[in-house]
Order: sequence, then C-alpha cells, then structure tokens
Amino acid sequence: MSLERSDVEKIAHLARLAIDEDKVESYAADLSKILGLVEQMDAIDTEGVVPMAHPLHMSQRLRADEVTETDQREKYQRNAPQVESGLYLVPKVIE
Amino acid sequence: MFEKTITELSAALRAGEFSSVELTQAYLDRIKQFDGDLNSYITVDAEGALATAAEADKRIQAGETGPLIGIPIAQKDIFCTDGVKTSCGSRMLDNFIAPYDATVITRMKQAGMVMLGKTNMDEFAMGSSNETSWYGPVKNPWDLERVPGGSSGGSAASVAARLAVASTGTDTGGSIRQPAALCGITGLKPTYGRISRFGMIAFASSLDQAGTMTRSAEDSALLLQAMAGFDPADSTSADEPVPDYSATLNDDLTGLKIGLPKEYFGEGLDPEMEKTINAAVDEYKKMGAEVVEISLPNTHLAVPTYYVVAPAECSSNLSRFDGVRFGHRCEDPKDLEDLYKRSRGEGFGDEVKRRILMGAYVLSAGYYDAYYLQAQKIRHLISDDFTRAFKEVDVIMGPTTPDAPFKLGEKASDPVSMYLSDIYTIAVNLAGLPGVSIPVEPVNGLPAGLQIIGNYFAEAKLLNVAHRYQQQTDWHRAIPEGYDV
Repeated sequence: MSLERSDVEKIAHLARLAIDEDKVESYAADLSKILGLVEQMDAIDTEGVVPMAHPLHMSQRLRADEVTETDQREKYQRNAPQVESGLYLVPKVIE
Repeated sequence: MFEKTITELSAALRAGEFSSVELTQAYLDRIKQFDGDLNSYITVDAEGALATAAEADKRIQAGETGPLIGIPIAQKDIFCTDGVKTSCGSRMLDNFIAPYDATVITRMKQAGMVMLGKTNMDEFAMGSSNETSWYGPVKNPWDLERVPGGSSGGSAASVAARLAVASTGTDTGGSIRQPAALCGITGLKPTYGRISRFGMIAFASSLDQAGTMTRSAEDSALLLQAMAGFDPADSTSADEPVPDYSATLNDDLTGLKIGLPKEYFGEGLDPEMEKTINAAVDEYKKMGAEVVEISLPNTHLAVPTYYVVAPAECSSNLSRFDGVRFGHRCEDPKDLEDLYKRSRGEGFGDEVKRRILMGAYVLSAGYYDAYYLQAQKIRHLISDDFTRAFKEVDVIMGPTTPDAPFKLGEKASDPVSMYLSDIYTIAVNLAGLPGVSIPVEPVNGLPAGLQIIGNYFAEAKLLNVAHRYQQQTDWHRAIPEGYDV
C-alpha cells in the first residue's frame, strides 16, 4: 500500500494538522514504508480470535457519580493562551 | 557519595555523615559540570530541590526512617509536576506549568524524595534515540557521538553519568529497557497497571507504563515500592496487592527455569551481542538455574502490530492538544480550524506528526477492520505466546536490543529501521508483562543489556533474578570514562 500526496493531505485534514507543503512527499514516502511494515499482518489468519483491548482483560471500573473535585478554574486557566471572565477564547465560530 | 546505593545513602543521611541538602547540592553541582554536553535534563529545579532536601533533613532528624527520605531523583518530563514546567519534550508544551502532580510524583514526595529536575526525552515519548526532543538530543555518556536510546534517554543518561541517584521512566514499546541497556543501567518496566498513569502524559494508553531507572535492582526495588499500587484516579490501575520487593531480592535461584526464545537469537542479532547474552545466561546456570529453549512464534508480528496500535491510540490521545486550553497556540488564527491546524502543526515535531497521521489513517472509515481490528487480534496471539511459555518457565531471557548504541543521526532518516531497534521489547508491552534490562558485559566497550521478562505481577521475581546476577558481577557498577566520581 502506498500513499499519494492527496492521501496525506486528506489525513492531515482529518487530524487537523498543518504540514509544510514541501514535506508532504516525504510524509507520503515514510507512511508508505511504515504501511509496508504493517502489511505483514495481512497474511495472518485471525478468524475467531478475540481482539485484545486490554492487556489484563479487565473491564473499566465505574465510580459513584459524586462531586470529588474542587473548583480550580483559575489555576488551570493560567496555562490557557487566552481567557476572559473564566472562559476560553477562540476565534469567532458563528457569524 | 556518588557511588553509594540508595540503602547506603539512606544510612549515611541518618548517621549524619552528610545532610540531604549537602547531597542535593553535590548533585546539582555535578549536573552543572557535566550536563552541558549530555543534555539529559530539560529543567533543573535547584531551588525546589534544596527546599525539599531541607524538609527531608528535618524529617530525618525527627526520627523518620523511610529508605527514600532525602534521596535525589530525576523525573522524566512526561510526569506532571505541580508548579514546574512539564514539556514532554515538545514545543507544544514548552510553556506548560503543570497545575497538579502525577500520582508517581505525589508518592515520591510523600516518601521524601528530592526532585532534582525533569529529564529530556523523545517528544511525547515517541522515539528510540532521544533525537526527536524539541530540546535537542541527549548524548550517551559512554560515547558522546552515540544515542542514549529513547524515549527515556535523559533519565538513562543522567543515572549512568551519576547526575541523579535514580530516575523514573515510562515504557510504551521499550522506552525504559532500551535506553537502560544502551546506557548500562537497570531499567524496570512493571506489569501494565502496576503503577498509576494519572498525571503521566498519555501516548498509547493500553501500553504506557511507568517504571524505574536505577544503578541496581536493589535500588529499583525501593523505588518500585513507593510507586506501585492501586490508584482510584487511574481507571486502568491494577487493584493487586503490592509485595515487599526488597524482601525476596536474595532468594536462591536453584531450579529457576529460564526460557530462551529462539526467535530472539536469530537473524538481526549482532553476533557479539549474542555472545555477551549467552555469557550472562551461563552465569545463571552457575547459580543453579535450568535453561530451556522456547518459542514465541508470533515475535515477528510485534513491531507491525505495535505500529498500528500505538499510533492509533496516539492520534486519539494527542487530539487534546488543540491550542485552546493549554499548550502552544499559533499567532493570529483566522478561524477555529486554522487555530487547530497551525497550533498543532507548529507545536509537534516530525515523528509525532508521522504517528498522528498513521493513527488517523488506520482509524479512518474503511480501514479500521484491516488495520486496527486485525492488530488487536494479532495482539492476542502475541500475548498467548507468552501465556504458553510461562506454563513451562519462570522467566524469559534474551537481549534487550539487537546491537550496541548507534550513532546520532544514523537511523534518524529512516523511521522503519529506528522502529526495528525495539524488536525485542515491544511484544512485552503488547502483552502487558513486566520486563527488566540489566547491564551485562559490554560489546566493543559499549553497554549491552540482558532483558528478563516475567509473568504478570512478577516484579519481585524479576528483581530477585536481576539482583542475584548483580551480586555475582560488577557490570552495573561501571562508570563511563570522564564521569569519574
């Protein structure tokens, strides 16, 4: 399986990732090589094998639906690029 | 004082030979002297370290006896540290001051450990050479032209060069064991879920596991004791009893059954590496262990499977870096999509981008069954190989890496050849098993590691097996030339 320029552009858009114009070809080449490595899986018969999602086959624990955290908004928002009145600011989404 | 084990340091602190403040200052001075070349730390927190050390001295004077009180440690920069920059080796988090402590950090603080600083690493733990760090590569103290391994390369180099008593690492596909092997130290990756992942920046959540990077198995046992155990804040934390890891270090190894997988001694293994591994196994025979050949027939599928599972989980985990709540934001975004794309494009380096793209691709509509689902099934086959093996043997041994540390830049342009340097370590993460790498006789003057793999939650057995070897040999005491103490 080899990836074209347009495939890389499409995936980059899906991942909301800007990549330099002049690097698209090299990403396509690298990803094609990695897919070549991954293709060894194709030959394996996995009929009836259960997919392994967790190494210890544990299921997710649930906790009681109770408030356990204290409000630390100000502290957490100190890392934000732009906030106002406790809200995160982004460019206008709705005209 | 740079040669003492944690137990010896702890005794010296209690006997008043020196204080924790003096010990900490000595390490800070040594970092200043040597780390310009090595680049093993991203952040050194001298002020914080000395303040914690002063606290530790008070606790010791008050008669507290914990073995880790006042011991200086380096933390991998993947663990969130309240009030201290936590970059994960990325430009994306270059401005990030963590607002809380990871559970690992909290536990070590409670144990009285002194954090010297945060160690350099491959960006978001994605790499096997430490060359993908935004902060520049770490050098191998055994040869400054060579890589220290990765992703916990700064942690490994700092311990090898005696710029920290011990350090923490994380291991998703070999990121503790491989750099430990390449720097000549002891690196333990415990069972998946043994140590909390809370506050440890996620790469591939079904594989990530924190562990210890130390000069000996004895030191590792002490650190693991503080780090291991159930944490309600981590939904995949294992609720299993934590044994006393130091109590069984000296257990006799007579009758220990060691399995040598024939797949770990085949094509691709440097013959010199094979020789040194065989010599280490012979040492175990002298101690009364029995050696049998075993087979892990799906070994060749581990790297391909990993490079579907890990990027898929990575692309999902790293979607949180969106330039909105924390981390890098681009200048003058024209709309929200531009903000996402450029912030991420500028914040992430090439290898991280490759893995996000790979992950987004294998998870995209139409490809999921062929890649991700097939990989999850093969993961089961790989795990079954180990389950069968552990019905016959107590531990599995082999090389940690196929060859000695490679040169900086040697594999940087070919991601696939870089990925293959983790060929012996990756299957262990896919299965969720514990593994330890210990230094054995060097290959052409460069460090080499023996990997010992155990059954689930058999960390005490692994440390016992590692410790007995370190009682018989001195490889773990070797200090790189130029870093004499």
